[in-house]
Amino acid sequence: MNTTTYSQLLHLVMPEVIVVLTALVTLAFDLLFLRNYRTRVRFTVAATLASAGCVIAILQLMLAPVQSNLSDGMFLADPLTHLVQAALLLLTIVTLLLSVDSTFTEHVGEFVLLLLLATAGMMFLVAAQDILVIFISLELLSLSLYILAAFDKGTPQSSEAALKYFLFGGVSSAFLLFGFSLLYGLSGSTNLTQIASAIHTPLNPLLVIAIVTTVIGFGFKVAAVPFHFWAPDVYEHAPVPVAAFIASASKVASFFIFFQVMLLGFPQIAGSAAWRHFVNGWVPLVAVIAALSMLLGNLVAIVQTSVRRLLAYSAIAHTGYMLLALVAHTPQSLAALLYYVLTYGLATLGIFGVVGVVEKQTGTDRLSSFSGLSRRAPVLSACLFVFVLSLAGIPPLAGFFGKFYLFVSALNVAPGSSGLLWLVVFAIAMSAVSLYYYLQVLKRVFVASPPDEATPIQASVLTQTVIVLLAAAVVLLGCAPHLLLQGIMAAIGPAGL
Amino acid sequence: MLAGTIYISFLGALALLLLPRRSTTAARVLALLTASAGFAIALTAFLQHRSGELETITRIPWIPTLGIEYHLAADGISLCLVLLTGIIAIAGVLFSWNIEQRTREFFSFYLLLIGAVYGVFLSYDLFLLFVFYEIVIIPKYFLIATWGSTRREYGAMKLALYSFIGSAMVLVGLIAAYVAAGAKSMSLDSLAGYPFSLHFQMLAFPLVFVGFAILAGLWPFHTWAPTGHVAAPTAASMLLAGVVMKLGAYGCLRVAMTLFPLGLGPWGFHLLGLGSWRDVFAVLAVIGIVYGALVALVQKDFKFVIGYSSVSHMGFILLGLMTLNQIGLSGAIIQMLSHGIIASLLFAVVGRMVYDRTHTRELAALGPMNLNKAIPFAAVTFVIAGMAGMGLPGFSGFVAELMILVGAWHAFPVLAVCVGAGIVIGVVYIWRAMQKAFFVGDAETSAPSQLPPISLPERLGAVLLIATSVAIGLYPQMLLRVIAPALNSPLFDGLRKGGWR
Amino acid sequence: MMFPWITVLTATPVAGALALLVAGERNKNLTRWLALAFSLVALLLTLLLWHRFDPATGSLQFQERYTWVPALAIEYHVGIDGLGLLMLALSSIVVPIGMAASWKIEERVPLYFALMLLLQTCLFGTFTALNFVHWFTFWELSLVPAFFLIKLWGGPRRTPAATQFLVYTMVGSIAMLLAFLALYLATGTFDFIELTQLAGNGNLMPIVLAKLAGHHLMLHHLPMVLFAGVFLGFAVKVPLIPFHTWLPSTYAEAPTGTTILLTGAMSKMGLYGFLRILLPIFGPQMRAVLTPLLWLAVATVVLSAYAALAQKDLKRIFAYSSINHLGYCLLGIFAVAKFTGGDMSLIAQKYAAMDGVLLQMFNHGLTAAVIFWFIAMLEARSGLRGLNDFGGLRKVAPVFTGLMGIALFSSLGLPGLNGFIGEFLIFKGSFPLVTWATALSVIGLMLTALVILGILQHVFTGPLNQKWKDFPDLTTVEQISLAPAIGLMFALGLYPQLVLGVVNNTVIQMVQQLKF
Repeated sequence: MNTTTYSQLLHLVMPEVIVVLTALVTLAFDLLFLRNYRTRVRFTVAATLASAGCVIAILQLMLAPVQSNLSDGMFLADPLTHLVQAALLLLTIVTLLLSVDSTFTEHVGEFVLLLLLATAGMMFLVAAQDILVIFISLELLSLSLYILAAFDKGTPQSSEAALKYFLFGGVSSAFLLFGFSLLYGLSGSTNLTQIASAIHTPLNPLLVIAIVTTVIGFGFKVAAVPFHFWAPDVYEHAPVPVAAFIASASKVASFFIFFQVMLLGFPQIAGSAAWRHFVNGWVPLVAVIAALSMLLGNLVAIVQTSVRRLLAYSAIAHTGYMLLALVAHTPQSLAALLYYVLTYGLATLGIFGVVGVVEKQTGTDRLSSFSGLSRRAPVLSACLFVFVLSLAGIPPLAGFFGKFYLFVSALNVAPGSSGLLWLVVFAIAMSAVSLYYYLQVLKRVFVASPPDEATPIQASVLTQTVIVLLAAAVVLLGCAPHLLLQGIMAAIGPAGL
Repeated sequence: MLAGTIYISFLGALALLLLPRRSTTAARVLALLTASAGFAIALTAFLQHRSGELETITRIPWIPTLGIEYHLAADGISLCLVLLTGIIAIAGVLFSWNIEQRTREFFSFYLLLIGAVYGVFLSYDLFLLFVFYEIVIIPKYFLIATWGSTRREYGAMKLALYSFIGSAMVLVGLIAAYVAAGAKSMSLDSLAGYPFSLHFQMLAFPLVFVGFAILAGLWPFHTWAPTGHVAAPTAASMLLAGVVMKLGAYGCLRVAMTLFPLGLGPWGFHLLGLGSWRDVFAVLAVIGIVYGALVALVQKDFKFVIGYSSVSHMGFILLGLMTLNQIGLSGAIIQMLSHGIIASLLFAVVGRMVYDRTHTRELAALGPMNLNKAIPFAAVTFVIAGMAGMGLPGFSGFVAELMILVGAWHAFPVLAVCVGAGIVIGVVYIWRAMQKAFFVGDAETSAPSQLPPISLPERLGAVLLIATSVAIGLYPQMLLRVIAPALNSPLFDGLRKGGWR
Repeated sequence: MMFPWITVLTATPVAGALALLVAGERNKNLTRWLALAFSLVALLLTLLLWHRFDPATGSLQFQERYTWVPALAIEYHVGIDGLGLLMLALSSIVVPIGMAASWKIEERVPLYFALMLLLQTCLFGTFTALNFVHWFTFWELSLVPAFFLIKLWGGPRRTPAATQFLVYTMVGSIAMLLAFLALYLATGTFDFIELTQLAGNGNLMPIVLAKLAGHHLMLHHLPMVLFAGVFLGFAVKVPLIPFHTWLPSTYAEAPTGTTILLTGAMSKMGLYGFLRILLPIFGPQMRAVLTPLLWLAVATVVLSAYAALAQKDLKRIFAYSSINHLGYCLLGIFAVAKFTGGDMSLIAQKYAAMDGVLLQMFNHGLTAAVIFWFIAMLEARSGLRGLNDFGGLRKVAPVFTGLMGIALFSSLGLPGLNGFIGEFLIFKGSFPLVTWATALSVIGLMLTALVILGILQHVFTGPLNQKWKDFPDLTTVEQISLAPAIGLMFALGLYPQLVLGVVNNTVIQMVQQLKF
């Protein structure tokens, strides 16, 4: 274990520090000076401050690239983590901008603080290769999210959702910690690579438990079946920006670290989920979870009448697809995963943005309130069109390329092997099912006639601009995916995976 | 330059959305101009193209890490189909002149669909082809769900899901092939030249073929077609039967048969008298021909008659593809054009000329209206279209069906006889529908109902389509001269080695 | 590059049809005259062709040959010999007569005349085409205007009549198509000349058997099956009993102008098919079943005449009478088909019979057209056409009676008029060849005489039916328009060499091809 000076440490964690500082500054500013202003003003100021801070953090990330591994993996700074951190900050900025119009709370400063703390947690999370740091960062993230989910004191459902989230989350954190402690016991170290070298095949019962609990812990975070029960409620009842944040940024971070942990921590006991070449390990386990997620997510989404709940189940389905990358566990599949989850995040933020606008005006997110939206809010409907079709996987949008690349990487695991074909076929089939409910939403928007007393839907200029930019990004990344892909592959290259 | 067809259509679609909301006339005119421009480009390229050999139009790297390029190219077959698209695009706009509700959105989706169809026919990189193929599904859904008639939401969803499932199957096959070939390139010639193992081809071929054939209305995956056609507004049915179903057939030829020619070879064993996928699909095609004809014979709804007749005629195309000889394949391609034109015309008459005026499609209800006196132009057009559909010499259908028949005789003599039966039934059901709809007013019972006369755009559209069918029928050589070299190109080497005659 | 006479001739009526459709409903009279003008132009062109035709050879002239669909050996190949030229002339004469008879049609005039012109193009096409697909195109296309002419302007029971017409002819056509497809698949050609040569060398059927019998379909009966298919197609058209049942109602229900075209020209399509296609290509097969065919021909002659006797509707009478007259042609053809082993005396008889057949085709066409024209005039004046509806018209309309009488006597076969010479030659030629059949056919002559005389008696002579005391006689215009036709009847009756001179060498060549 190398010794590091504080100044070195500070230098490395500067982006995270900036974020935390920004959070504190925003809270202070809001509580001290803005108490008597309208909520909207407070939100605008707070969001601006916070976004500014995040932008500075991004600049810091880009301008000071270092290749460093602090304390054996407690904190990593290499191009890959920088990329993911920058993406997380970007998603946070978008969430902040979309929350400007919110009316669900008066506690603006606290809200922004918690959001930024969650971001800081995520940034630490993706930079960690040490199970202890992972756990702490995960807790920071989760706790912030639990509170944020309960922020809408006006509705009891918000609190109920947050409570479910907290209970589930708490239990799965316990599982995770239990697994981690077993790993420490088995290997004598908290560093993932050292754990990996210490673990031997064949599997012993303790190791199996450790793997299973780890999967449970992360499975909860990414909302995989059967650890998904919190998702529908949270997506439906948490405040719109919070749900958007959970669905986008939190997912990015969780998937990334899930991948890292499984790949770095347990490479020899990966096993294989190939058809007729089944080998015991965590890969078949993840494959089963992936299949179940795809199945359940898509099938239950069909019968939903609330758009946000539909998005929740669709999120579960997308988790299933993304877990395919984990089943493949190659560098190419990591690139595919990152591309997919990032563009998925953008699209989800966009959809939640539109849902927020509609909910604010009509009071509900039922499908019926979207009827004839294309005539009441043409620009927003066009953007919604882009987002929903991207999720459905229709070219030339980003979602299609993400799925395509994911499937290619899953099949490209070993030359000549057709091992994961069954999973890919299943994924494509489930994807076909998903088109049904996505089209139902679009049908409401474009085909159905607006209710008679409907008025044009107003949205602030800021919100509209952000949503349009998101839609443009989704289209752009779909038509020219190498823009993002190049960056990802350049980052993965030297990461030594 | 041919790529202009795609870009102009997409630009037109975008421009239409920017028009002010109530501008119906401007929307129509813009749509017509865009469609005509696309056709003009297609026609110029067709005339300029001396031989039918492959010519690259655009080739730029797109996603270098995956070896995917934005590669557009055209050979004789693509040229013919692009020409078809152009003609039907114009006719469709003309026949939709009376759409009053949300006109600019209608034409926007319409042009989006057309642009994507052009894209499929011109793509040479399989990823690009798949992208355009998928893009087709969405505007189709909205055209039918918003402006359609009977059970439109159900019909649209059924269509979208069937198409999507079909393309999902194709995607599996494509990804598998791409990965098996080393994940280096998605270009058609590199994948076509790659020696996939026999086992792989035996599995991949039926998967990809059926995936495309669903959209082409292969029996028994055709059930979306009648429902979809009936639900769709006239222009959408014209496009659907005229062009979109041909996308499926084109995919069968261009992708499935080119990439996995060994999949057509004998299995080595026989099951129910069938010894290869080729036999299976040939039999299914013939069943489609006869079944479609028989069902069309008993329909009570005029549009359903034409819908099932589409299924029947598409069977000809698929059979032609399975003959694997020059004459059968050429016949299949000519039938793609011929049926495209004729089906469009039939749907135009039934949907636009008759249904929009009488608001009924029940043959029993149409009879007493004495339509041949009320709207004689419609009656004459239907007669001509019906004769063309029957395969009357002088029209495009005759040459196409004759070539397929001869090709089928060389390949599957027994099936060729069944096809003959199908043709005969074809005559009967067209004639029955024509009788019942237009010429029943026998006795001096009713005075002809007062119906609005056939408008100028409709007349122009009808004349355009009839003239094209007659032109192809009288001078099929103009198409054959580009198709033959295309079929002889190196791209089809695999097919040739695998038992081409 | 020779001037494409035939193509121009064939295109003229269809150009006229398009012109009519474009001109529209504006001025009915203008439309009628325009249509008539186009048909007269066609007549003029035909006369030009007649003039330029070289009767010294019997081979094809004015040939044009372009490839059309090389992949399927389909060519645009046209040419005429004496037979073709005769048929072209007949069509050109009959169509103006048909138009004149339709002058009083008021409904949708442009469409009616356009359909007539279309039909004329199809006739021209059928009589000049030498490649099966090309020929078949026109054969089938001719059904469409005919069907619609009957369906839209016909009598009260027109729908079943039109339907029957269509179905019968279609079935026959399909049989023909299948047979020719089989020939194509075996020999690789659709060309009539080439097929005739193959048949003439005796190579046709062996090739067919070699190529097709391998597909375990009917083996050595295949040539007969093919023959049956083609035969069916033509037998329905002529018609030959028992395939004739469509004809009486169709002729009766069709508007009379259309009936003129049906009987004057379209029925000759069937006989043309016998002469151009069936006999040269399937000669041996025809000989194999000659006796049953002769029985059918006799039945056609006798039974139709007998049926005509029983009819009460003038149009139906002449419908059956048409069957009867064309039955003689069939008799002549079958007689010529009989194998005589090169007996030189009999070859002269064959020439005679064949000459008679061609003459009869032309003359019957002309005569029947004129008779139906008169019936049209009767109908226009009185609204009726029953045999017993009139009486004693001779008293009020002597010119009408006189001129119609000439036509009727021609139909009866009175020497000096055109109807006689054809029948005479047929009988003269057939008697030594197929004595029993010819003898039996004489009964037909006698029955026809009874029919004609009956008409003369019921309609024209006898006491005047008071209903018709104001029956108008022929107007000057009508007399002028009838004059050429009547004059031609006399001319051909007195000087048949007019036609015989042109067709004789063709006849000789046709008979010689059969290797008597």
